[in-house]
Amino acid sequence: METANGPRKKKKTIRMIPQARTPALEQDPKERARNFKEVNCGYRVEDAQLEAERCLMCPDQPCVSGCPVNIAIPDFIRKITDRDYRGAYDVITASNLLPSVCGRVCPQENQCEGVCTVGESLEPVAIGRLERWVGDLAIKEGWSNIPYIEPSGFRVGIVGSGPAGMACAADMAKAGCEVTVYEAFHEPGGVLKYGIPDFRLPNSIVDEEIEKLKQLGVRFECNTLVGRLFTIEQMIEEMGFHAVFIGTGAGYPSFSGIPGENLNGVLSANELLTRCNLMHARDFPNYDTPLQPGKHVVVIGAGNTAMDALRVCLRLGAETVSCLYRRSRAEAPARVEEVHHAEEEGVQFHWLASPVEILGDERKNVRAVRCVRMVLGEPDDSGRRRPVPEPGSEFEIETDMMVYAIGTNANPIIGQTSRLELNKRGYIATDENLATSIPGVFAGGDIVTGAATVIQAMGAGRRAARSMKAFLGLRDTDSVYQERPGGAAGSLFGIDPAERGYARVRSPR
Amino acid sequence: MTTNTQASGYEIVARRDFSDVTYLLEVRHPMLAKAAKAGQFVIVMASEHGERIPLTIADYDRDKGTITLVIQAVGKTTREMQRDLKVGDRLVALVGPMGIPSHIGHAKKVLCVGGGLGVAPVFPQARAFKEAGAYVVGVLGFRNKDLVFWDDKFRAVCDELILCTDDGSAGLKGLVTEGIKQAIAKHPDIEECVAIGPPIMMKGCAEATRPYKIRTMVSLNPVMVDGTGMCGGCRVKIGEVVKFACVDGPDFDGHLVDFDDLMVRLQRFKPTEREANEKFNENCRMRSIPAAAGGAT
Repeated sequence: METANGPRKKKKTIRMIPQARTPALEQDPKERARNFKEVNCGYRVEDAQLEAERCLMCPDQPCVSGCPVNIAIPDFIRKITDRDYRGAYDVITASNLLPSVCGRVCPQENQCEGVCTVGESLEPVAIGRLERWVGDLAIKEGWSNIPYIEPSGFRVGIVGSGPAGMACAADMAKAGCEVTVYEAFHEPGGVLKYGIPDFRLPNSIVDEEIEKLKQLGVRFECNTLVGRLFTIEQMIEEMGFHAVFIGTGAGYPSFSGIPGENLNGVLSANELLTRCNLMHARDFPNYDTPLQPGKHVVVIGAGNTAMDALRVCLRLGAETVSCLYRRSRAEAPARVEEVHHAEEEGVQFHWLASPVEILGDERKNVRAVRCVRMVLGEPDDSGRRRPVPEPGSEFEIETDMMVYAIGTNANPIIGQTSRLELNKRGYIATDENLATSIPGVFAGGDIVTGAATVIQAMGAGRRAARSMKAFLGLRDTDSVYQERPGGAAGSLFGIDPAERGYARVRSPR
Repeated sequence: MTTNTQASGYEIVARRDFSDVTYLLEVRHPMLAKAAKAGQFVIVMASEHGERIPLTIADYDRDKGTITLVIQAVGKTTREMQRDLKVGDRLVALVGPMGIPSHIGHAKKVLCVGGGLGVAPVFPQARAFKEAGAYVVGVLGFRNKDLVFWDDKFRAVCDELILCTDDGSAGLKGLVTEGIKQAIAKHPDIEECVAIGPPIMMKGCAEATRPYKIRTMVSLNPVMVDGTGMCGGCRVKIGEVVKFACVDGPDFDGHLVDFDDLMVRLQRFKPTEREANEKFNENCRMRSIPAAAGGAT
């Protein structure tokens, strides 16, 4: 290790680092396709050490800006090489309270790893795997970072306990607010619990991370359907919340409207995953929720949810599991790693195929799906080539369970029950600071943008927290040392007197 | 097996057994009692390993801070609840009120029809119409005299009440559609009808009022998981459109509802339900506890 008086270590170059990415242990595809244990077993300490060596510590740090929550990635990797693992955890948790979750489910290839300097000539540093390793070690060692929190006297209500709500809750709790998170289900966690299956993100890990939020003083109130039990307006006007964040997610699954969708055996991926993951239908009859798994399953769509549905069905004992997608593999929205895992486990992919009709038997159970082959035409609005049906190319696939994973629409409950402004697609309208049309009410995640990723929702939660702090006049630690554009005029030693975050004693009332 | 030792959860403050299969639970939840409106429902989980079952709110008492659920023991979960739940026990989950409240308009004369278990959820609507100043004609249908419940409650809020039983052991002999015919014959100026009960009965009611073009609202209770619009299990066909009963309903125009589709979809889990019921029967035989442990109040 370098010391102040020793010779400085030479700058690392691409030729000095381990050339190949350190592989993570994975369960054998044949074996894992029949169990719900985690596919990726994670790094061992020696793997983490080796992989950490691959970071060039480049001065540009593109990975930091590539991360939606701007984790100081090179700093935590340096702590790993210094064997200061607790330090690495401290660096990560300064920006992200849920490293074990994000290390597993972030699409790193489009974020930090996608812009990694090493990635220009070799495979990028496995930042996600390192983050997960640090997070899991923290759980094992019982580390948690409970900063000294000075109560600010403000009360913040959060609607929805998914990734957006959790991220916002963490930031507001650290800012000294009394935070209550409301969840409609009987357990907190949102999509991390009901949606993402255990083999990708064990629910026990989610519970551990929620435990850390509780240690920050965050309260979780389950079985609470905000909008119907009480409204957003009541939270502000009657219940004494100084600010509210809405992170209810998109919900409301889409169907495509082809004939036969109401046959029994046709269901949304949300329903399949919720029954299996949150309600434990896979342990029926020890748990009461039924599922009736299919023997020959067809899943429509090729996003991450579709991959989860496909792989869940394999594990529930399906003999064949097929994926129908109207575009080609290159356009599939799922993470490359997920498609790869699904292929390894034996999922059959029908690229460039789209369902036109679902056929039933005399008892109105699904029997088969009639599909048509597609060819890619001119690019559409999304820049992807538009699929067009090929005449006379129809074919049938026999199936007893059809799962729709083609996206979601806006959940209507908050819109039905408040005077919040919505956009024309039914999502909550916000400005660039995620403020809604009601003062003090902020919104973020899928209920604002439509379906996106876990980390994007967390990023939105943190962005909303920043706006909320500004709204409440709380000091935002991110901007403490920023020069005010107008200079120091009208400020007290450079501190805006309107800010309430610097005085020890104050009253919000 | 009920988790009555834990302090969290929602306390059962009263239980009444109407018959071998129908029972009433009154549960403490002051906030819910305050928010509940006619036509809404809740989702209940009786135990940690339980399923989430949707139940229409049969009554609410804002002063006492309680809501009332009337339950029919048909599946494994509802039979287990019937066997195990006592006053003082706690439900592990109770969430609501869900769904869009019933629209109580300014109709001057309305018909409130309840069949079997549907008698319970139609009560708050009858009361709301009465409070809104309407002339309320109630039509209640049961299989026989022993199954009759809440006729007294209805008499208090209805201007007229027609009781029907399949075998004629009480009131009029015949289905509720008979009662509807009589009511319409006597009151040709009925403007609106609310019908709640098994799908086949609601279908019959919709057909009975269709020739008279009386607006008929029905309350649908399809299979669902979350009750918040997220799973789509509860999709129903209303005319040419597919709606989610949990967030777009549960009330729909009975003249547009595709009841055949609804009835098919309600059969979805029949095989698993049978399996669960058989297993439950086996467990019951193995237990030497008397089945009537709940006890009527």
